[in-house]
Amino acid sequence: MRRVSTSGRILRVVLVVLFGLFFLFPLYAMADFSTRNLLRGGRTLQAWKNLVQDDALYAAIVISLLLAVFTVVLMLVILVPTMIWVRLRAPWARGMVEFLCLLSLTIPALVIVVGLRNVYLWVTYFLGESALTLTFIYVVLVLPFAYRALDGAVSAIDLRTLSEAARSLGAGWATTILRVVVPNIWSGILSAAFISIAVVLGEYTIASLSGYQTLQVQIVAIGKRDGPTSVAASLATLLFGFVLLLVLSLVTRGRRRGTLEAAVPTPAPAAQPGG
Amino acid sequence: MSTAGKGLGRRLREGLPLLPFLAFIVIFLLIPTVTVIFGSVYADGAFSLARIAALFSETPLAALWKSVLLSGSTAILGAVLGAILAWLIVSSPRTSIFRRAVISLCSVLAQFGGVALAFAFLATIGLNGVLTLWVQQHFGLNLAGSGWLYGLGGLILVYTYFQIPLMVIVFVPALEGLREQWREAAVSLGASTWQYWRQVAFPLLTPAFLGATLLLFANAFAAYATAAALVSQGSPIVPLLIRSALTSEVVLGQAGFAYALALEMIVVVAAVMIAYSALVRRTARWLQ
Amino acid sequence: MKRSRRLAATAASALVVVALAACAPPQKGNKGDETKSGVKVGEATSVADFGGMDGLVEAAKKDGELNVIALPPDWANYGNIIKAFGDKYGIKVNSAQPDAASQDEINAANQQKGKSTAPDVFDLGQSVALANTALFAPYKVSTFDAIPAQFKDPNGTWVNDYGGYMSIGYDSANVPAIMAVNDLLKPEYRGKVALNGDPTQAGAAFSGVMMVALSQGGSPDNIAPGVEFFKKLKEAGNFLPVDPTPATIESGQTPVVIDWDYLNAAETKKLPTWRVVVPLGPAVAGYYFQAINKGAPHPAAARLWEEFLYSDEGQNLFLAGGARPVRAEEMLTAGTLDKTAYDALPKVAGPPVIVSVEQNAAATKYLADNWAKAIG
Repeated sequence: MRRVSTSGRILRVVLVVLFGLFFLFPLYAMADFSTRNLLRGGRTLQAWKNLVQDDALYAAIVISLLLAVFTVVLMLVILVPTMIWVRLRAPWARGMVEFLCLLSLTIPALVIVVGLRNVYLWVTYFLGESALTLTFIYVVLVLPFAYRALDGAVSAIDLRTLSEAARSLGAGWATTILRVVVPNIWSGILSAAFISIAVVLGEYTIASLSGYQTLQVQIVAIGKRDGPTSVAASLATLLFGFVLLLVLSLVTRGRRRGTLEAAVPTPAPAAQPGG
Repeated sequence: MSTAGKGLGRRLREGLPLLPFLAFIVIFLLIPTVTVIFGSVYADGAFSLARIAALFSETPLAALWKSVLLSGSTAILGAVLGAILAWLIVSSPRTSIFRRAVISLCSVLAQFGGVALAFAFLATIGLNGVLTLWVQQHFGLNLAGSGWLYGLGGLILVYTYFQIPLMVIVFVPALEGLREQWREAAVSLGASTWQYWRQVAFPLLTPAFLGATLLLFANAFAAYATAAALVSQGSPIVPLLIRSALTSEVVLGQAGFAYALALEMIVVVAAVMIAYSALVRRTARWLQ
Repeated sequence: MKRSRRLAATAASALVVVALAACAPPQKGNKGDETKSGVKVGEATSVADFGGMDGLVEAAKKDGELNVIALPPDWANYGNIIKAFGDKYGIKVNSAQPDAASQDEINAANQQKGKSTAPDVFDLGQSVALANTALFAPYKVSTFDAIPAQFKDPNGTWVNDYGGYMSIGYDSANVPAIMAVNDLLKPEYRGKVALNGDPTQAGAAFSGVMMVALSQGGSPDNIAPGVEFFKKLKEAGNFLPVDPTPATIESGQTPVVIDWDYLNAAETKKLPTWRVVVPLGPAVAGYYFQAINKGAPHPAAARLWEEFLYSDEGQNLFLAGGARPVRAEEMLTAGTLDKTAYDALPKVAGPPVIVSVEQNAAATKYLADNWAKAIG
């Protein structure tokens, strides 16, 4: 148990308070404006009531939540095995994978939508016009963040020893990945999942330019009516996302580090592969 | 000859499981990118480098410089402050509500931007902002005064608002990878807290830290919705220039120029990536 | 050796990718519906092709939906117009991208070509409308002849629907009353004057600078005095580069906004202390252009929408939003205009000035070269 000195504790509290003020003050200012009664002065919850009374909003919420789930699943299915494989067997591909993952961030959504036109014509030809087809482009959008979160976690474990130990005990690749590696990089997976959900819930440009009715698109449409309602809508999305992720993190509380990690002695840092 | 052939065969076998990832990327990222780049040199049925040449005129160069300055400063600022916040989070117990709440809040705020974020800051330290009025009442200072919020300084402040949470999200997994045993080993060998951090923890964290900073740079570089709301006059940064080229209803027919600007953005980030990998290779040398 | 091979491989794959990008999937069968008179719905040019209004309503109801774009609810009362149309004919109106600009509408039509979400009708600013007439389907509404010639294309490819004058809106509770443009330079307005957009991008902002130019002795051929004025405004510290929205206006962050009079009038309904004034002297007038998308997924509904907009009911709804309907003069003589609403419009003292396409192009060029320097 690490001893925490009093000065260390005070420093921590001061820092937490400073960060808290910086992040929460603008949110408070938004809440303040959204409850202002412009016609008569004083406070009113009319802006928030406007949100709840909109029917199209519920359909949009469902679509966005489904999109978030599909995006996270597809992203993990594509990215985790790829990153593991690159570490273990194809280190020469590492730079390429990293660059490709970062590429989507360098191109503004405004421009990528134009290039997506033909691709999505094919997608809608095969899969129909549902908003769920946005999953594919959302996975691409999420790649930079997810890659970085997963990379941090994967670098921190001794992947080679773990996987060789598992395979020497007779496990196939699927078992190795699912039951040995994943529990050890769980923190990275959760981070990647959380940021992906936040990206999907907050994405507006591509959904709007392609004509789909997702949560953000609906919120902008509502927000066009008046100032307080638009601010209430933005604040509501933030709170919604926050509560959703908090609940998710509580639900996945049971996950601990895999027992394999305790059994395999972690080597000294000098033996870790570089980078 | 045979060794080269064997090398190629082995490469193919090693690369095969990467195929799903590559196929996905090619279809949904590379094809759109190449389409756009192609559109910058080929339009109206003719090849022309005119739009690429236009990238080097006064306005685009000024916009590029400002973009790089804005992205670089918010990346470093966000990385340092975010790392501190990440450390604060990681040093609390794993299952505490504080930790979960802060991580959830950071996930959401990392994607918060655009008109809503600009408004939140205007409502706080803008002309009629809550904080401005409070400070004016109690201290007589005018925070909003010179309109600094709508210049580069203001943009840096507002960008940091989502850069710090993003840093937290991608850096916490790396921090959690620091084993307690290493710290105990260092202490048992006689190292002080400062020595542990400087000689064990920092070098281990440097690649992840640099990688996260790179991500923050690219994130700020491509962000435009927030700047568009705060500074609707002129197009001081590259993404705004792209937007005005694509959606201007006064100066028409600029789509090709927008694509050329997008190409420029890719080149800049690629250059930063190369610098980053060189830097990582140097700092991680002792680990190999 | 390896490097050149890698380069060759990259080049080859790039070419393959480009080739792949160029091919598009087979188009689903075109909506080849025909009306009773044998004309394809997508090519009908007037109500007669449908055999009368009833035929058109029937065909539109069969379409069932209408896609509109870039129509904010408080812009010229579009919120109520959409609702009235939907209630009257039982057609569901999908209003996409309310914050889009004119060029975004054209981009959306291209981006979503062939999809059921493509826009059916456009409401565009002058430059974008006249540059994209190839995308429009000509249609003459029943009241086509009542519209003055300068407000329509002879074939009905586009028709002006409503217009307004450039005005200055201000919060009378926070700033003193404004009479003329020169008032804006006074110290009471420090850090308070906002323009709706960038004049090199947005038509409304362009007209705003033109209005200022006219007040400073310029003309539609000479926008330089306007740019000079804004430069002085910036140096005095009065100019605010923030994009004004209902939220910024109502929270007091943009107490003075230069914008179309009907947009400023819509704010007065939400913030009672908001006043609108059209400055003395020549007033800049701007009309918006209504057109039907050639590739409209709901062609009959699109044509019914146009009939509705140009009917007495539709034009009066525009008027209720503070905009001047294109048939205003004719309806005034016929007595079908809403007199009270018409009299409530901001008083315009000077002669209206409409900027022609050539003058627009010349002024745009001047702005592109000088605006950023003056403001930045």
